[in-house]
Amino acid sequence: MFAYYLQLGLRSLRRNPMLTALMVMAIGFGVAASMTTYSVFRATSRNPIPQKSDVLYMAQVDNWGPENTEKGEPPNALSYIDAMALMRAKKASRQTAIYPIGPSVIPEDAGRLPMRQGAYAVGADFFTMFDAPFIQGGPWTSEDDDKHASTIVIDRKLNEKLFNGGQSVGKQVNLDGRLFRVTGVIDEWNPQPRFFDVVNTGGFDDAPGVYIPYNRAIDLQLATNGNNNCSSDPGEGWDNYIRSECIWNAFWVELPTKAAAADYKRFLQGYASEQQRAGRFRWAPNVRLRGVMEWLDVQHVVPPESQISLAVAFGFLIICLVNTIGLLLAKFMRRAPEIGVRRALGASRRTIYAQFLIEAGTVGLAGGLLGLILTGIGVLGVGLVFPKDIARLATLDPSLVLLTLVVAIAASLIAAFYPTWRAAQVQPAWQLKSN
Amino acid sequence: MQIKPILAALRRHKAGTILIALQIALTLAIVCNALFIIQERVSRLSRTTGMDESNVIAIANRYVGPATVFGPTIKTDLAAIRNMAGVEDAYATNSYPLRNGGWSMGVRLIPDAKKEITSTTLYFVDDHALRTLGVKLIEGRNFNAGEVIMLDPRKSTALPQVIITKALAQKLFADGKSLGKTIYLSQEGKPSTVIGVVEKLQVPWVGTWAGSFDQHAVLLPATLDANYQNFLVRARPGQQEAVLKALPKLLIDTNRMRVIPEEGGVRSFEDVRRRAYETDRGMAILMGIVCAVLLAITAAGIVGLSSFWVGQRRKQIGVRRALGATKGDILSYFMTENFLIALGGVIVGSALAYGMNQWLLEQFEMQRLSLVYVITGVVALLLLGQAAVLAPALRASRVSPVEATRSV
Repeated sequence: MFAYYLQLGLRSLRRNPMLTALMVMAIGFGVAASMTTYSVFRATSRNPIPQKSDVLYMAQVDNWGPENTEKGEPPNALSYIDAMALMRAKKASRQTAIYPIGPSVIPEDAGRLPMRQGAYAVGADFFTMFDAPFIQGGPWTSEDDDKHASTIVIDRKLNEKLFNGGQSVGKQVNLDGRLFRVTGVIDEWNPQPRFFDVVNTGGFDDAPGVYIPYNRAIDLQLATNGNNNCSSDPGEGWDNYIRSECIWNAFWVELPTKAAAADYKRFLQGYASEQQRAGRFRWAPNVRLRGVMEWLDVQHVVPPESQISLAVAFGFLIICLVNTIGLLLAKFMRRAPEIGVRRALGASRRTIYAQFLIEAGTVGLAGGLLGLILTGIGVLGVGLVFPKDIARLATLDPSLVLLTLVVAIAASLIAAFYPTWRAAQVQPAWQLKSN
Repeated sequence: MQIKPILAALRRHKAGTILIALQIALTLAIVCNALFIIQERVSRLSRTTGMDESNVIAIANRYVGPATVFGPTIKTDLAAIRNMAGVEDAYATNSYPLRNGGWSMGVRLIPDAKKEITSTTLYFVDDHALRTLGVKLIEGRNFNAGEVIMLDPRKSTALPQVIITKALAQKLFADGKSLGKTIYLSQEGKPSTVIGVVEKLQVPWVGTWAGSFDQHAVLLPATLDANYQNFLVRARPGQQEAVLKALPKLLIDTNRMRVIPEEGGVRSFEDVRRRAYETDRGMAILMGIVCAVLLAITAAGIVGLSSFWVGQRRKQIGVRRALGATKGDILSYFMTENFLIALGGVIVGSALAYGMNQWLLEQFEMQRLSLVYVITGVVALLLLGQAAVLAPALRASRVSPVEATRSV
């Protein structure tokens, strides 16, 4: 029966090519608009580290007080004092302070020009915490951290540029004239959104190529390459700067259980009340411990353009649906006499439902295919609206192809439901009489 | 016009009527807001910087190596650039308009006031800046070479002489007269005297957060002693292309211990502007496409349903014609019918448009939708409805009275 209804449907669609084309286009455009904007939304709202996002937390300690913060939200970064205190306390199973630096790599070969590298100053735990994939060697040790060692982890790309992709563990890398010993090489690794440095990147940036120990970076007086915010003038010189309330550090901890997270939150509270007692904070403890997804949400990683265009595209799809309902209604009701004859000859309401839903499904499939092509074009055009760091994340992968077709067919079936119901209500006697 | 019989007829086509009205309502809601977004973005990207933007080139430069003092290196570079063929002038700075990164600071008139009066951006420049940027000095004087110092970026930023923009002067002083007056750029009480006022100069940021002070700039006579420097270069008319091409090699030849990014390291100011407003322009284009496609789909939907109605009522039309109705009567019947449905649609749609605007307002700091857009949208959709129904209505008016006698 299915094949027969399909044949009937196709024949009926061929009878009014204009109307059919209109429905197919409405569904195609509606679905394509939604899927294109959804591809961007999906890329910007995704979980960058699904295997560990429930055990990683970003700590915040309010060192500015209600006068300099808004709505009770602590600053989005830590001062050096607080980052260092939390680092030394070692209350979590793993922890790392993080800040971006902007070194230039000077190749040994004097004939080659220096290269600028995206880089971070981090603790030894950083790599294990965030599952950085090593292809050679491994992280430096926590003893290296304590000794303020000049060690370095580079990524595959830089390893190719400096060492032609060969073994480089134990070799030296020259950053702005200072030598660092390679302990490991990681594969190209760029979790997006970059949850551990949302504040400076907005979540999306090229892969960093260099990581050096936090303590060593502080010794070398490497200033942050990201945002630095001060609530008051820090005074002159590096020592005053790192003793000031200027904020420029992220602090991440790994806490394997919910109980450990609750304990850590209490520890943060305790730390802040200690600071209050010592007179450094003149306000009640105000701390946060946020998981990866909560942090991304608080930091508004999804660009407003993505949310607005998704909302508009969704409205667009609804209009296309309403349009399709109207057209299908017109189409089906025009065939009331035909339905009357079929019903009089013994067709049940069920078979009428089946016949017309199959016809609508065919329209949905055709609309889906058109939508797929348009989505492909749309995804290529994402770069016109969004910055390239985000645009390149929007891709037409198999799951999006499947989703496009499913949405198109589901949409056309939903649209067909009312017209089909009306068609099944046709009174055979009335139709036969009036002809 | 006989509205009553039309309403009576519509009651017999509830579903179709509601569908058309709903489609018009939703289209109106989206089109109004899309037009509003377009207007907002376009007005943002058509702001002027106050500069004479043509023939300006921006260079992002980072010195490499362990050095901590950069004054002499910067001077050598600037001398080399200024001596280049085709270059009119150049200077080094921490930032410039549309760069999307820079230094913002609160301004006070009383040094220890708790709350600043307004925010401003700080541009560290030298005596060549005004000429290079092409901004107009409307009061006072430019810096002289002797006033320009090398400044440790971690030292206090308050310098004895500053040049400010007219917009900032008007914000700070009720009468707008700022020349010779004192302002405070830090809380430690170091005064800065206004020695000049420029007509206009935009801040580095284009986003909404800087919207409240986007014309507030303070120029300070200092070069930051840091490894990261932006050079702005004014080429002689017609020489921009040649200078742009020759600059990277000249700089590498002067001193190879530097990094100038391959992408965006040396770019024309047209390029700077294009990049700064890329998202705004893209959003405006996207919303434009959405509007056009939506209106087309809605019009097509009206044509489709109206044609169906005409086909369904051929017999009744024939009867009316046979009873003496003119072609014009039939035409105006369908036009009026569509107008009534569309009217219902735009009334609901206006409410929806404000609802959607309210959501955008709460989520994305957008402004309140102005009535002009709703009225424009309403008129556009009513006209669109009339235009779409015209063809089916004309077809209906051509139904011959003979139809009445057929097949009954």
